[in-house]
Amino acid sequence: MNYFLSDDQKMIKDLAAQIAREKIGPIAAELDESGEFPWDVVKTLAQSDLFRVFIPTEYDGLGGGMFEMCLVVEELSRVCGGIALSFAASALGTIPILLHGNEEQKKKYLPRLAAGEILAAFGLTESGAGSDAAGIKTTAKPDGDSYVINGTKQWITNGGEASIYTVVALTDPTRGVRGTSAILVEKGTPGFSFGKKENKMGIRASATRELVFQDCRVPKTNLLAKEGMGFLVAMKTLDKSRPGVAAQALGIAQGALDKAVGYAQERKQFGKPISAFQGLQFMMADMATQVEAARALTYAAARAIDGGERDVSMISAMAKVFASDTAMKVTTDAVQIFGGYGYMREYPVEKMMRDAKITQIYEGTNQIQREVIALGLIKEALRANR
Amino acid sequence: MKVIVCIKQVPDTTNVRINPETNTLVREGVQSIINPFDVYAIEEAVRIREKHGGTVTVITMGPPQAAEALREAISLGADNVFLVSDRAFAGADTLATAYALSCAVRKLDGADIILMGRQAIDGDTGQVGPGVAENLGVSHVTDIRKIEEIKDGRIVVERLLEDGYARIAARLPVVLTVVKEINIPRLPSLKGKLAARKAEIPVLKAADIGADLQRLGLNGSPTQVMKIFTPPKPSGGKKFTGEPAHTVSALLSELTAAGITIRKQ
Repeated sequence: MNYFLSDDQKMIKDLAAQIAREKIGPIAAELDESGEFPWDVVKTLAQSDLFRVFIPTEYDGLGGGMFEMCLVVEELSRVCGGIALSFAASALGTIPILLHGNEEQKKKYLPRLAAGEILAAFGLTESGAGSDAAGIKTTAKPDGDSYVINGTKQWITNGGEASIYTVVALTDPTRGVRGTSAILVEKGTPGFSFGKKENKMGIRASATRELVFQDCRVPKTNLLAKEGMGFLVAMKTLDKSRPGVAAQALGIAQGALDKAVGYAQERKQFGKPISAFQGLQFMMADMATQVEAARALTYAAARAIDGGERDVSMISAMAKVFASDTAMKVTTDAVQIFGGYGYMREYPVEKMMRDAKITQIYEGTNQIQREVIALGLIKEALRANR
Repeated sequence: MKVIVCIKQVPDTTNVRINPETNTLVREGVQSIINPFDVYAIEEAVRIREKHGGTVTVITMGPPQAAEALREAISLGADNVFLVSDRAFAGADTLATAYALSCAVRKLDGADIILMGRQAIDGDTGQVGPGVAENLGVSHVTDIRKIEEIKDGRIVVERLLEDGYARIAARLPVVLTVVKEINIPRLPSLKGKLAARKAEIPVLKAADIGADLQRLGLNGSPTQVMKIFTPPKPSGGKKFTGEPAHTVSALLSELTAAGITIRKQ
């Protein structure tokens, strides 16, 4: 399928694919087992300028957008969705600075993020505030020229590895959602520490930790946008980052499809390759169709964002829902095609199935995404009837 | 520190075939790549520049399409590239190739270090490196697995041997050929690839490098390849199947019967 990528986009895709093949493939199974953070791969991605693709040229980027970011995430995820996440989560952490950072904040962080010298992370979720992000308890009390942050963020991807965190906290607990603010916190700030690394089902090469704030004092100049806009910053960020999750899911699904088709041609039963049986052919045809549809929707969402479409909530949510549900289904079918071998750790598809699951859960569960889509539909209908 | 790297564009031998009738390589549809050993040489040159400053110049002798290999060299970190290309170079053996490359190096005002891979994966002669050094009248060390130190016009390297290595000091300028143990080449960067796409590839012709036409191409080549062929696959043989305890003793008695004695350690 030709998506008419520009020469630059083809170059980005090819280089990401080469890194995935040569640098990620050989270590993916080992890091899945050990849970070690893939710093070597991060260094390679940095050296190859891949962290630059979605950052404007004035901050040492290459001037692309979410589409280019998605191309990288897709190609890396095709080989390992866990290792790819170190890149994708840093993009998620970079987006609030791109969208809402002032000139000074952008100049301070974006060039270093573009160079891949440092990673970013985004801290919204808490133990009591998942889908209901408005229920956060972490506070950032204004005190003179600073905020004093107290509370704990949970399951933060790149936690402990990233150098710069966008943390959403209550600057005015009396005002609920309107009392939240997005604040940049650097690793190493006194009072800011990390919980233990979580032991996860999949994406095990990615680091997930708690962010613990105990009287952590940061200057007020670290505020993104304005006080009270924290929830808005978070929602705008997630609208733009969701195609990244879709791309991760898409890559995992494509990787599983590649493996399944390859295996079906090698594996012989009843004297012929199992790919000759119609039962499997229909499965593979459905898998391929779903993957291609997920790609079309993911690319459409990323292009809508880069094209400056004002409201991207619906299309972003659709891409995320469809690609992640596809990833779960296609990886499950890939394990089925591999049969007993597929269930074994020696073969790559069971890991893909474990990695796929998280894409239906994080950056907004698929149930919440469907609510976003439905809400968009209802709003559109009301507007049309008015 | 000025480093010149000599590279060769070769067919990707992982899928090369020989036409049994003409005994030549089937080049149609076969991708061309930078000779893998030369990629290590480029990487080492870039590392020398990162450590000591200076420039990395990459040259290759070949047909116009060899410019692609030079573009790849730019994406891997080369500052300058030159394509040494002229009909007069056609049919060159290793002697004529080494002569032409040394003329090009002279034309570029020489270098402190000239690097190349230990051999090309298509010809496998390993003669061009030492040949260039002889033509330039400088020393050479082959099969380098490590550059230990470059200081005060002197270089200390480790030369890979069959069962160890030799530590060798040499005066600059020097020609070094490298083995794959020397480094892990980095992948290209997007900025490098963008630069490579835009780059004009300057061409040096025979007249530009002041070469003696009698020493170039077929004229300057005392050796010629008569025939390239795939050796016939060994046929026949006997396969022992079953439990190892059984197959090993069966093999031993068969060998003994054939008059081959196995010495006990």
